[in-house]
Amino acid sequence: MSGGVDSSVAAALLVEQGYEVIGVMMRLWAEIGPGTGSSNKCCSLEAVNDARSVAERLNIPFYLINVEQPFKTQVVDFFIQEHAAGRTPNPCLTCNRHIRFGYLLDYARGLGASYLATGHYARVRRDRSGRYQLWRGADPAKDQSYVLHVMGQAELAQALFPAGDYTKPQVRALAAERGLPTASRAESQDLCFIADGDYRRFLHDWAPEISNPGPILDRQGRQLGTHRGLPSYTVGQRSGLGIAAPRPLYVLEMDRVRNALVVGPVEELGSDRLRTGPVNWVSGEAPAGPIRVGVQIRYHTPPAVAIITPLPDGGAEVQFADPLRSAMPGQGAVFYDGDLCLGGGVITETNAVL
Amino acid sequence: MIYLDHSATTPVDPRVVEAMLPFWIEVYGNPSSIYGLGRRAATALEDARARVARILNCLPAEVVFTSCGTESDNLAIRGTALAQAGRGRRHIITTPIEHHAVIHTVTDLVEHYGFEVTYAPVDHQGLVDPQAVSAAIRPDTALISVIYANNEVGTVEPIAEIGAIAHERGIPLHTDAVQAGAYLHLDVETLQVDLLALSAHKFHGPKGVGLLYVRRRTPLQPIQTGGSQERGRRAGTENIPYIVGLACALELAQQDREAESARLAALRQRLVEGLLQRIPDMELTGHASRRMPGHASFIVGGVEAEGMLIGLDLAGIAASSGSACASGAATPSHVLTAMGYGQQEALGALRLTLGRESTAAGVDTVVETLPRIVQRLRGDQ
Repeated sequence: MSGGVDSSVAAALLVEQGYEVIGVMMRLWAEIGPGTGSSNKCCSLEAVNDARSVAERLNIPFYLINVEQPFKTQVVDFFIQEHAAGRTPNPCLTCNRHIRFGYLLDYARGLGASYLATGHYARVRRDRSGRYQLWRGADPAKDQSYVLHVMGQAELAQALFPAGDYTKPQVRALAAERGLPTASRAESQDLCFIADGDYRRFLHDWAPEISNPGPILDRQGRQLGTHRGLPSYTVGQRSGLGIAAPRPLYVLEMDRVRNALVVGPVEELGSDRLRTGPVNWVSGEAPAGPIRVGVQIRYHTPPAVAIITPLPDGGAEVQFADPLRSAMPGQGAVFYDGDLCLGGGVITETNAVL
Repeated sequence: MIYLDHSATTPVDPRVVEAMLPFWIEVYGNPSSIYGLGRRAATALEDARARVARILNCLPAEVVFTSCGTESDNLAIRGTALAQAGRGRRHIITTPIEHHAVIHTVTDLVEHYGFEVTYAPVDHQGLVDPQAVSAAIRPDTALISVIYANNEVGTVEPIAEIGAIAHERGIPLHTDAVQAGAYLHLDVETLQVDLLALSAHKFHGPKGVGLLYVRRRTPLQPIQTGGSQERGRRAGTENIPYIVGLACALELAQQDREAESARLAALRQRLVEGLLQRIPDMELTGHASRRMPGHASFIVGGVEAEGMLIGLDLAGIAASSGSACASGAATPSHVLTAMGYGQQEALGALRLTLGRESTAAGVDTVVETLPRIVQRLRGDQ
């Protein structure tokens, strides 16, 4: 529970369906915000009080569970390490895999629970052979299957997403009918552990050694300027390079080895091919050969048509029909067959269309 | 619901509620007022004071009513420290197992008022050695503060022996007696203390009222200034209904004290034996015999307190780990750490404190239930 509308309605629906519901909130690690004490937005004192009062209203128990250490090690430190390696991770993916549907799921089982439910907009179904499937939520604008692609059969068997069958406006209406909060707590917060949300500042503070200035190079290796630390940039970025050039230049790549920012004009931007690390196949099995799917390379981005080929190392090669501008190593590439989420993996390499 | 957290708080005795009733709407006068309504309130106030003084074996003038145990500790420590600082005495002796109300107050004096502190160590049972306290005394020692009965592990400290030493050296001795109110004697002459703090909600009185015993001729600076209530030691209009409640609750608790302590000790033994038999890798913490009668505290190996407490709550049993005030944090108890327990061990601390409503049937239910919870948390289904 977050105190916000989605998880509050999820809890209410489960109570009405006859489940014995226990509300929990995770106390996660956060850096100390200026003048506000520890301030992970997801578990601030206000959020705790809001969630607790929703639980009281629903007459269910509520516990604040301390997950600071595992979160710090597996999500925050990982975030810093990924940036140090020149990648741009999505910590929500790590959190869902290791913390929410990892640590917390185990904890829930340890208390005797059969399921872990959240307010995510996604749906779980079973196919004819009984295998669990992850589907997009009923509301395409709110679908959160992307961040849940890290779940496998075992996790899906123990997950419930009551809000996923409704659109956001319907969820708000369900909340209003029951006297529950109708505002979101912005549950799908990126970077909940960064006090002011500024990840560049966070990396400057927590990993200053990866934020050293270095050369800005073009694809031919010519130096065009100096960058102020790789974490300050993202692939596909156009402005803010501080270089006077006849044509607009885009960030193509972050070269961690040379601590260089590689830039180029728009026609050099774009990958039509990428490779991923080990893929989590929701069904538990990789396809036998190449298949045609829709690929989302970022949260809330429309899927792009591609052929994916499973590789012997467990990863996948993704060949797009059209080049994409901003595929970033470290982000999740998630595969869809229409609204069915097949799974995905972390982008390890992209090529640039030359 | 089986309530096993009497060290955290207790339900108000219905007779106490009864005793408080006239003072909301009928006898609502301000005791400082000249007119009849005020005089009636003042009479009730002084009557309550006299009743408390009888129990403590002190003079009514030596009783100061406060808002809680924490305020009493603050008044005792700051009030004495600041009074003594004027005489060049800026050293405090205390123990590492005090309640936070004492520790943080002493720390504040050290950090902001130029005081120094020596912590007299405790042994693995949480017992203070009076000789260690004696050895720590310096010419500039202003105050000694030792808890009467520790809230986390139940150990009862040798206050009288320490009091004798302090008295001989002319140093005021303060004791936080908040946990002791319902179960131990409070005779300040026997204890040889100069300052003693109590809190009503630990002995079936309301939350929001406490008291500080201040031996005559003990220099004390007030920490809350304003009017001259409580003989100039604690300003503020007296909380008559609550003070009456405190006096009534203290009387009721102390009159039943010996019988109730015996009853609880027997129940506690049933509880401890039952649990230690059924749960491997679990041990009692605190002193085996010098402890409060209803107090059972443990270290449970391989599990964290949070999981146990949630499991117990879901089974309708209310318990805690260490002190209630420290919950929500994953830092191990400072008390257990001072007693020599490791960080990881200390996270498995469980505190079960029996009280007035505790019964043999309730104890048996806990003895049935906790082993299952621990088993499941340990992953052996």
